[in-house]
Amino acid sequence: MIGSEIPALIPVTYVLFAILIPLIGLWKREIVWHLSLLGTGITSFLSAWGFLHLINTGETIRYYFGGWTPPIGIEFVYDGLAAFIVLVINTIAFLVLIHSKEISKLEFPGKKMPYYTITMLMMLGFNGMVLTGDLFNLYVFLEISSLSSYALIAIGEKRAPYASFRYLIIGTVGGSLYLLGVGFLYTVTGTLNIIDMHAMLPQVIGHSSVVAALILMVIGVGVKAALFPLHGWLPDSYTFASSSSSALIAPIGTKVAAYILFRVLLFLFGVDLIDDQLPVTTIIGIFAGIGILYGSIMAIAQSEMKKMLAYSSVSQIGYIIMGISLANPFGFIGAVLHVLNHALMKALLFLVSGSLRSKEGHSLITKFNNSYRKKYPWTMAAFTTAAISMVGLPPLAGFFSKWYLALGTIENSNWILLAVILISSLLNAVYFFRILEKVYLNDPEEESTEDTEIIENNEVGFTMMFPMAVMALGLLVVGIFNAYIVNIIFTMFPAGF
Amino acid sequence: MELTYVPLYAVLVSLAAVPFILLSSKKPNLREFWTILAGVIKFLLVLTLLPSALQGNVIELELLEIAPNIPLVLKADTFGVFFALIASGLWIFTSFYSIGYMRGHKEKKQTRYFASFAVCLSSTIGIAFSGNLLTFIIFYEMLTLATYPLVIHSESKKAIAAGRKYLSYTLTAGLLLIAAAGITYSLTGTLEFRPGGIFGDTNLTSTMAVTIFLLFLGGVGVKAGIMPLHSWLPSAMAAPTPVSSLLHAVAVVKSGVFGVIRVVGFIFGPDVMAQFGLNDILMVLAGFTIIVASLLAFAQDNLKRRLAYSTVGHLSYIVLGVALLTETGLVGSIMHISFHATMKITLFFCAGAIMVNLHKKNISDLNGIAKVMPWTMAAFTIGSMGLAGIPPVNGFVSKWYLAAGALEGGMLVPVIIFVVSGLLNVGYFFPIIHRAYFKKGGPELEGHTEASPFMVVPLFGTAVLSILFGLNPDLFFNFFDMASSVASTIFNSI
Repeated sequence: MIGSEIPALIPVTYVLFAILIPLIGLWKREIVWHLSLLGTGITSFLSAWGFLHLINTGETIRYYFGGWTPPIGIEFVYDGLAAFIVLVINTIAFLVLIHSKEISKLEFPGKKMPYYTITMLMMLGFNGMVLTGDLFNLYVFLEISSLSSYALIAIGEKRAPYASFRYLIIGTVGGSLYLLGVGFLYTVTGTLNIIDMHAMLPQVIGHSSVVAALILMVIGVGVKAALFPLHGWLPDSYTFASSSSSALIAPIGTKVAAYILFRVLLFLFGVDLIDDQLPVTTIIGIFAGIGILYGSIMAIAQSEMKKMLAYSSVSQIGYIIMGISLANPFGFIGAVLHVLNHALMKALLFLVSGSLRSKEGHSLITKFNNSYRKKYPWTMAAFTTAAISMVGLPPLAGFFSKWYLALGTIENSNWILLAVILISSLLNAVYFFRILEKVYLNDPEEESTEDTEIIENNEVGFTMMFPMAVMALGLLVVGIFNAYIVNIIFTMFPAGF
Repeated sequence: MELTYVPLYAVLVSLAAVPFILLSSKKPNLREFWTILAGVIKFLLVLTLLPSALQGNVIELELLEIAPNIPLVLKADTFGVFFALIASGLWIFTSFYSIGYMRGHKEKKQTRYFASFAVCLSSTIGIAFSGNLLTFIIFYEMLTLATYPLVIHSESKKAIAAGRKYLSYTLTAGLLLIAAAGITYSLTGTLEFRPGGIFGDTNLTSTMAVTIFLLFLGGVGVKAGIMPLHSWLPSAMAAPTPVSSLLHAVAVVKSGVFGVIRVVGFIFGPDVMAQFGLNDILMVLAGFTIIVASLLAFAQDNLKRRLAYSTVGHLSYIVLGVALLTETGLVGSIMHISFHATMKITLFFCAGAIMVNLHKKNISDLNGIAKVMPWTMAAFTIGSMGLAGIPPVNGFVSKWYLAAGALEGGMLVPVIIFVVSGLLNVGYFFPIIHRAYFKKGGPELEGHTEASPFMVVPLFGTAVLSILFGLNPDLFFNFFDMASSVASTIFNSI
């Protein structure tokens, strides 16, 4: 039965394509894009299949590599949460790669083959991080994905290599801290398997190594997730990377890092132990809250759309981490739902900025004007959908993750975080309506040009429009039918809820 | 006839008209035909719900589970049908009037205008038929968003500033409402609108009750124009006049007071309100708003702004009537929702007709215009009389019940507020009428005649309706019966 092999098949597919693309790419340059689509298409299909299979059977698949059972061997754990995240990231990658066809011609014409090869490697890393049930193996995948994303970011504007180098330094420190934490845990428990370690932790929870490990892991993963104040690498990296890379890394990379926080805090330690020695969740919650506000305020201050979106990501990742830190069912639902919602919204927004760059050559908000409304009606409609969802107006998806997060804060009687969520929505409204005003309304300072100048429709082509349209519709569908998704999230709860 | 799906159709019909409106943007007559068609169908659909609503039946339609344990539910109870009837009925008038106004004024982007208007109406009917708080919030936010393009319609600097102000007020309100709903849900486990309230079995502390109530009040009070949350409304007068007429005198602001009544009567319930003295908060705010808004109306020379302040005052009549927590007072409140609608829409229609026809916006320029526009000014006089509470116009009837409700509760101060405010109404409307009829107009009036029939017929129609409802409140739609039935379900629910 292929269903039980899916956890292994997904990363293997990426390995296969990471080898195929350079081999075939040397021979036929033009088809690397098609190959990358085939690769992500297959994995998306597999993850969808696996997800449905999992919902129907309700059984977690534990795949032992080489038949070695843990704790000796390495296992992949394909439970509800992993299946969900894998489905989200592979589908988003598939859609973003469709969009990358035009971008690749414009932004990195000579580097297509390396670009798509590295993309496959990065996706391998991300999928591995999500699927693995072993803390050290997770570090290996973390480094695979990190190294490929450094390279991916470096393929971009002039300043991209600098931003990438900065990310490399900070990211490596983060990765090392995580590894150090894993080492500490290994010395006390003697195992690297998450499930195994979870069973042992209650006996050693008071040990100072465990406390140190927890702190190190949270900081290390916090760097990768761009949790405030460890977000310094993010804005420049997302801004100067090529539009396709930003659209790929922004919705996926930080989410996967947040997913590790889910695993470490709620599954490895669990709600009972996490706050045993230190008020970890409270501290994380405070930083997440500050990050939400800081990111939103910085986003308002930006005049470049990609940079604005980058700061907005800092804020949005705060939502997810805040949801984790609440450590209650509603917070969990909100966080998991926001992984999906934010992946859709942020990918869509970065794709819009990429589309604008391909047509206008820039994405400077100050230069936006109301001719865009006529030139790119559908792109702008997609942008509006994403913007309204970011602000959190019903019935779009963004409203519901906010709703569950709000319920989560209320359940903990955490009124400050409740206020943070609500204020942040207003701040989102400020920076998105600013653009909407520019795009849809005449500038009252200037003479109306509309009557004198005939503006031709100059909409982007199908390969760009299709993924944007799918994501925009996705926001509406996820919003209206969020109860179905939430009912599935109920089955993903860690023990103790 | 099977009525289960009628509320859904009533919500969707104007939404369904939007693509047709957008597609026929090059053919204005066809485009406006869709608007009128949708308006008439919507009104007829709501009308079919009337008989069952009069019998006190509730038609409930659960669409889907929007969040676990919280369904998206449309519920056509008597109060919902009452509000939907007014909004959809007056939309037909406004649509005709819009044609005259928008074309007479040579406004741009009329397609966007009519499309947004249709979405607004869908949201308003959605608000009327919302069966629980989450459904209410969804339509409430939709209304916020759909009104925005109408407020900034002229895209002038002033309009854009008004739009920003409007959004910042209403979006904040929406967030407070979400917070209030969240807390309510975590306390009661339900968000249903239930006559008599859902807090009955909950152990509320006093601080908790006041906090939740203030959050709710912040949420619905912005649209209801309760001071100090009112200032978006005068600014929003930058919108085209039909928008001010239907949205800023009926649909949007009445959604606010509708929300106040839902919160007071169907979430908290009169008992909980009285137990924690929440109605006192409401009463003080509303009383203050009535007097201050009436005084501020004096200071406005711009006719639409004066009407806007008058609207702020009259909305608080309704709120004050609710805060009395007496059955008669609530009957007065609910009737004032409909009666203020017919009167204020008339006045706004008149202001717009004057603006399009004579290009006059300020009251000081209105000398002698009654000779040129006799029908318009006659309608204006009727509307003003009604708002001042002079019989036989319908404003008298609702005010009578409001005052009687105050006396029933043994409260004298509200009665004084109603009387004083009535005098103030006379004070700020009479000079306009005096100028129009008795002062000599300037030479610029020569050559002008009455405005286009597209405007005059609707505005005179609503004026006549105001008198007819004044003579018999149960005429056509049994407004009085419906209001009393709503009040009695709230007060006799236990």
